[in-house]
Amino acid sequence: MIAVDQLRRTFQSKTGPVEAVRGVSFAVAAGEIVGFLGPNGAGKTTTQRMLSTLLTPTGGNATVAGCDLRKDPVGVRRKIGYVPQGGSTNPLASIVEELRTQAALHRVPRADAEARIDELLLSLDLQGLGARLTQTLSGSQRRRLDIALGLIHRPKLIFLDEPSTGLDPHSRANLWNHIRHLRDHDGATIVLTTHYLDEADALSDRILIMDHGQIVAEGSPQQLKRRISGDVVTFDVKDHQDAAKAVLGALAGVRDLSIVDSTVRAVVDQGSVDALPLMRALDAAGIPVAAMKVTQPSLDDVFLTLTGRSLRDSDTAASSAAAAPGAN
Amino acid sequence: MLHDTLTTFRYQMRLLLREPIWIAIALFQPLLYLALFAPLLKPLVEAQAAQGAQGGFPTGDAWQIFVPGLLIQLGIFGSMFVGFSLIAEIRSGVIERMRVTPASRLGLLLGRVMRDTVVLLLQASLLTGVAVIFGLRVPVTGALITIVIVGLLGVSLSALSYAAGMWLKSEDALAPLLNMVSVPVLLLSGILLPMTLAPKWLRTLSAANPFRHVVDAARVAFLGNTGDEALLWGLLSAVLLAVGGVVVANRVFQRESA
Repeated sequence: MIAVDQLRRTFQSKTGPVEAVRGVSFAVAAGEIVGFLGPNGAGKTTTQRMLSTLLTPTGGNATVAGCDLRKDPVGVRRKIGYVPQGGSTNPLASIVEELRTQAALHRVPRADAEARIDELLLSLDLQGLGARLTQTLSGSQRRRLDIALGLIHRPKLIFLDEPSTGLDPHSRANLWNHIRHLRDHDGATIVLTTHYLDEADALSDRILIMDHGQIVAEGSPQQLKRRISGDVVTFDVKDHQDAAKAVLGALAGVRDLSIVDSTVRAVVDQGSVDALPLMRALDAAGIPVAAMKVTQPSLDDVFLTLTGRSLRDSDTAASSAAAAPGAN
Repeated sequence: MLHDTLTTFRYQMRLLLREPIWIAIALFQPLLYLALFAPLLKPLVEAQAAQGAQGGFPTGDAWQIFVPGLLIQLGIFGSMFVGFSLIAEIRSGVIERMRVTPASRLGLLLGRVMRDTVVLLLQASLLTGVAVIFGLRVPVTGALITIVIVGLLGVSLSALSYAAGMWLKSEDALAPLLNMVSVPVLLLSGILLPMTLAPKWLRTLSAANPFRHVVDAARVAFLGNTGDEALLWGLLSAVLLAVGGVVVANRVFQRESA
């Protein structure tokens, strides 16, 4: 469904060129849900915007839904649905007006459009709200309308940019079900970006982890987590992270040590057996431990192992460092 | 392209009609122009005429001189600022949503321009109608030609304003640009002050300003001199402005819409 070869995008900023995407290559098979996971500024939205024809690549090539991205962008647009991150509705338009206009621009015949609108309003919990102006909708309702607008023409390839941002837990769970339904019943291929670990984990058949404009790892959530064999032991040592890291680093069987906020994380073979000796070593070194936990590796641990940074930390750092427009 | 133009036009028109305050302003604006300009300029022209000179003003009575000017001014200012609405649409994500459809970029542009032009034509008709009630004498053909000219100006400036909005994507950048352009265009068109009073270099500049020819054409049409050469040049200028505006805006829309 998608074949990407060395796709690249550089933005010009006042401080010089910013390489938002640095030559990524990957493929997406029909019927897959593929998640781009990474902090803000990693290049996942820029990659998606290039594949949905909103940004022209500065290098590389891609075939999207059978159409050459550079030579046939209109062909690509006919076949894809795109749900942007920051909303897509006019406050003075009603739900039905927005859907009818979008359907008309996609050349959906009038009768089909009306049936499709009813179907989408029902499946996205918007029934009875069709005449409401979008400015009167809640954030969650507006987000669901954004999704309906991206699906109005029954695309076989759907790009979702941070789909659950702004949704309450109930709506989020419903949306996840809806996305799975699109794949399972409509045969749709879905490419989503997210910086929510649980969303990538729960929805994606395959995850592409991006950092600094490059794909740093790729695989199913299980495959990625298996890259870290063993368990993660986390010690909260307040202001003694460096000393704790030095103590733990000297012990046999401790791998992938990292500091995140006031904690030190270590990977060991078996948390239930190895955690206690680690705790004792810290105690012997006079390092107070406020809390300790043993967990199975998460996608954040994978990201941490690959980049030396936590996704949660990277979000904060990257959002303040994002230099170029659209470079996220 | 026609399908996308009409779809966009209907969408934009519905949005406009949903804001009664803008409809009221759109209808009130021409009346305000008349109410404020007429008392000021009518005695001025009449006093000059009584002394046996037009004081640099073109021939005709005060209404025949100033109503065409007001119509052109309405065409300029009624269309020049529509780019702000596009920036709001960019910010709300509506433009991006439409860009991911196979819709023609030219259609997305022309639908908006059509909405603005329809509103402008209604305003121009209203202004002319009210001026007739106040005492304007104008042949129907002349009035119709002038309204067509105003419509062509609307197409041109509305398209260029959308192009500027699409290009700059910032109200803070668009506002000074429009102010910088509108003042010399207005002054050098001879709408308010007769260019015959200007020094030679300013008259040369004015002659190169296509809006000057448009204003001259509108005044000639209002006098009923439909065989006058100035009318031909004015109409040609208006057509060229409209085509040029759409061509430039289309390029910007194509480029910015990838």
